Amino acid sequence: MKLDPKNTQRAAVAVLGSATLLTLTALIFIIVFVLEKGLPVLNWSFLTGAPQDMGRAGGIFPAIAGSVALTVLAVLLAAPLGVGTAVYLTEYTRESRLTAIIRFGADCLAGIPSIIFGLFGFILFVTILKMGWSLLAGGLTLALMILPTIIRTTEEAIKAVPLSYREVSYSLGATRWQTVYKVILPNALPGILTGVMLGVGRSLGETAAVIFTAGSSLRMPASIFDSVRTMAVHFYLLAREGISAENAYGTAAALIIAVLSVNLLAYWMMNRMVAKRT
Amino acid sequence: MPVTSEKIMQRLLLAVAFSALSALLLIAVFIISQGLPFIFRYGFREFLFSSQWNPQAGKFGIFPMVVSTLWVTLGAMAIGAPLGVAGAVFLTEFVPRTVMRIIKPSIELLAGIPSVVYGFIGVMVLAPLIRDHLGGPGLSLLAGSIILGIMILPTIISISIDSIMAVPKSYREGSLALGATVWQTVRMVTLPAARSGIAASIILAMGRAVGETMAVIMVTGNSVKIPGSALEPVRTLTANIALEMGYATGMHRQALFATGVVLFVVIMILNFSASYVMRQRKARR
Amino acid sequence: MPDKIALNKFSVHYGPDPLLQEIDLEIQSNQILGVIGPSGSGKTTFLRALNRMNELQPGFTASGRIMLDGEDIYGLDYDAVSLRKKVGMVFAMPVPLPMSIHENIIYGPKLSAGRGWKYDEAVVESSLKAAFLWDEVRDRLKTSALRLSGGQQQRLCLARTLALEPEVILLDEPCSGLDPVSTAKIEEALTILKERYTVILVTNNTKQAARVADRTAFFLMGKLVEEGTTQQMFTAPKDKRTSDYITGRFG
Repeated sequence: MKLDPKNTQRAAVAVLGSATLLTLTALIFIIVFVLEKGLPVLNWSFLTGAPQDMGRAGGIFPAIAGSVALTVLAVLLAAPLGVGTAVYLTEYTRESRLTAIIRFGADCLAGIPSIIFGLFGFILFVTILKMGWSLLAGGLTLALMILPTIIRTTEEAIKAVPLSYREVSYSLGATRWQTVYKVILPNALPGILTGVMLGVGRSLGETAAVIFTAGSSLRMPASIFDSVRTMAVHFYLLAREGISAENAYGTAAALIIAVLSVNLLAYWMMNRMVAKRT
Repeated sequence: MPVTSEKIMQRLLLAVAFSALSALLLIAVFIISQGLPFIFRYGFREFLFSSQWNPQAGKFGIFPMVVSTLWVTLGAMAIGAPLGVAGAVFLTEFVPRTVMRIIKPSIELLAGIPSVVYGFIGVMVLAPLIRDHLGGPGLSLLAGSIILGIMILPTIISISIDSIMAVPKSYREGSLALGATVWQTVRMVTLPAARSGIAASIILAMGRAVGETMAVIMVTGNSVKIPGSALEPVRTLTANIALEMGYATGMHRQALFATGVVLFVVIMILNFSASYVMRQRKARR
Repeated sequence: MPDKIALNKFSVHYGPDPLLQEIDLEIQSNQILGVIGPSGSGKTTFLRALNRMNELQPGFTASGRIMLDGEDIYGLDYDAVSLRKKVGMVFAMPVPLPMSIHENIIYGPKLSAGRGWKYDEAVVESSLKAAFLWDEVRDRLKTSALRLSGGQQQRLCLARTLALEPEVILLDEPCSGLDPVSTAKIEEALTILKERYTVILVTNNTKQAARVADRTAFFLMGKLVEEGTTQQMFTAPKDKRTSDYITGRFG
C-alpha cells in the first residue's frame, strides 16, 4: 500500500498528539497525586506546629523556617553577584573573548549537578572553613547554585531596556554607573525579580546540596551557624526512612505549593515585562 | 567626585563578574584535589573498571555504578527524548499558538517540582506497579529510567520549542506553498533546520539525568552490582556519593570525591558538547 | 568675538568607513546654526560628535579636533560627562524616561548635585516655561511623562535639556515626528533660546532651517559642502550641489 501524504499526516498528528498528552498527563498526575494525598494533612497546626517523635507526629514549622532562612540567605548572597555580573557583561564591556568565557562559566555552573555542589560545600564550607553543618554553609552553596539563573535573567532584562533611555541619560551628563543605577536597573527590575524568584524556587526544592551543607537538625535555628532542616530535606527523610507517609505527603504538598507559587509569580512578572515591552 | 566613584564601581563590577567563573573553577579545583590523588594512588583502571565496592575492606571499584549510570541515563533518554521532541513538534506545529503559549509555561513550571517529589512518586506509585506487573523488587533500573525520563521532559520540550520557533516562518511557508502537508514540512524542513537546538536540549537533559541524585536514590534500589535486567536494582554514581557521604571518612571519603571527579568530568563533557552544538547553530546563521 | 565651537580637520570613522571627512567649521555663540543635507550625509554623526555621544557605540573613531571655548573636547583629559552637561542634546524621537514629568526635568541637575540632593527646584518651572510647556503640565508634574502627547514629550525633552543649564543645545531633527502646531512652538522656543545659548539644529526640513537658522551648513556624503548665512545659502549658494538640494532636485 502506498502511503498517502494525507494519511501520513493524520498518523503523525495522532502519534505526536498522544505523546504530548502522555507527557502532560504524567506531569499533571504528579501534582494532583501529591496534592490529593497531602492536602488533607495540611492544616494550620501542621504548618505552625513543632514536629514530635522525629516528625512521626506534629507539624513542620522548623522545616518551613529552615527553608525560608536558607533561601533568603542564598538570595541575599547571590542577587548582588548575579546582578553585578549581568551589569558588567551588558553595560561595562563589549562582546569579547572575556565575556564569552564568563558566560560559558555561568552556563557550566548551571549544568553542574547538585550533588557536586553538595560535595564542594561540604569540603570547603563545612570542613575546611569550619562552618559545620550550618545555615551559612548551606546558604553559600545554594547561592552558587542559583547564581547562573540570576545572571541570565538579569542580562535578558537589561538588554530589554531601550537603548534610547541610555542615550538620553548619557546626554544629560550621567556617568555609566548613574545610568545603570537610575535608569537601567529600575527598568529591568521585573526581569531581575523573575530571576530571583526562579532561584528561590530552586532553593526551596533542593535536597542533595542542602543535606550535606546545612545538615538536618530539627531545632529552630538561632544563628547562621546553626544547622537547619529544610522542607525538602524533611520530606526526604520522612519518605526515605519510612517515618510517616502521611506527614511526608503533607510536607510534599506544602513544598509543591510553595515552589509552584513562587515559579508562577516569576512567570507572571516575566509576562508583564514582555507585555510592557511590546 | 563622581569620576573616582565611577572607577571604583567599574573595578567592583569587574571583580563581581568573575564570581560565576571563579565558583566553577573553585568547585573543579576542590573536587579534583580531593578526588584525583586517590584515583592515582588506587589505580585508575582498578577504580574505574573493578566491580568490587567494599569500603570496609578498602575495595573501591566503581564499575557497577558507571554501568548503572549509563543504563539509567540511556533508559531515561529513550523515554524522555522521543516524548519531549514529539511534544515540542506537536505544540509548535499542530496546535494554535495561543494554546502553546499556555502549555509551554505550564510545562516549564513543572520543571520546578523538586526531585525528591518525583522520587517519592516513583516509590509510592511506579515501583509497586512494576513489582506487581513485571516482577522484581520494583525499585529498579526501569523505575529510575522512567522517573528520570519524565523529569527531563520539561528541559527537552522547552528548549526544543524555542529552537523550532526560531526557524524562519518563510521556510515553512515556502514548503507549504509547494504543496507539502504540515507533517512533510516538519519532517523535511522544520526539524532539519532546528536540529542543533533539539540536539542541545537532549544533551542538556542528559546532563540533568546523569547528575540527578535524590529521585534516583529513592527509586533505583541502590544495590551495587552490574544489572542483569531492567528490573534489577542498581546504584548510580550520584547515589553512591549521596548514600555514603554522611558517614564516610579517610580513604572512603576520598573514594567518594573520586566518584565526584568522574561525574564532574562527564558533566563538563556534556556541557561542552551542548555549547558546541549551540555555537554551530549560531555560526550557521 | 571668539568662536564658541571650532572644528579642525575633524573626521569620524565607523570601522573603516568614513562618516565625516575633515570638517572645518566655526560656530558662533547666540546663534542658531541649521544643518541640512540628505539622510546619510553625516548630519547626525556631526551633531553627536559635539557632545561625544558617538563613542558610546563600539566601532566609532574620531580624529582631528573640536575646540569648545578653546579647549579640545577630544583631548585626553577632557571628561565626556562634564562635556555633556555643557552641551545638551534633544533627540529625533521624543524619549521621556519612564518617570514623572518632574523627575524627568530634575534628572540632569540631580546627577551633578551629588549626594547633598541640592538643586534649585525653580529650575523645573523655568525650563518648562522656556520650552513652552509649563501651562500645559503645571498641574500634573507628578504624573508619568509617558502620558504626554508626542509634541508635549518633545518639548519636555527640550525642557529637560535646558534644566542642565547648558551652553550649547544640539537638536537632532527635533520636529520630524511632530504636527505643525507643536513644530511652531518648538521653533518659537528656539528663537528665544538663542539669546542665551548656542543652538545647533539638524533638520531634514530645509524650510525649517530657512525659518529659524541664522547660519546654515550643508552636508553631503560626510563632507561639509558649504556654510554661510542662511540668507546667502538660500538665495545665492556658492556650490551647485547646495542649490540643487535646496531647490529640491535631490535629497
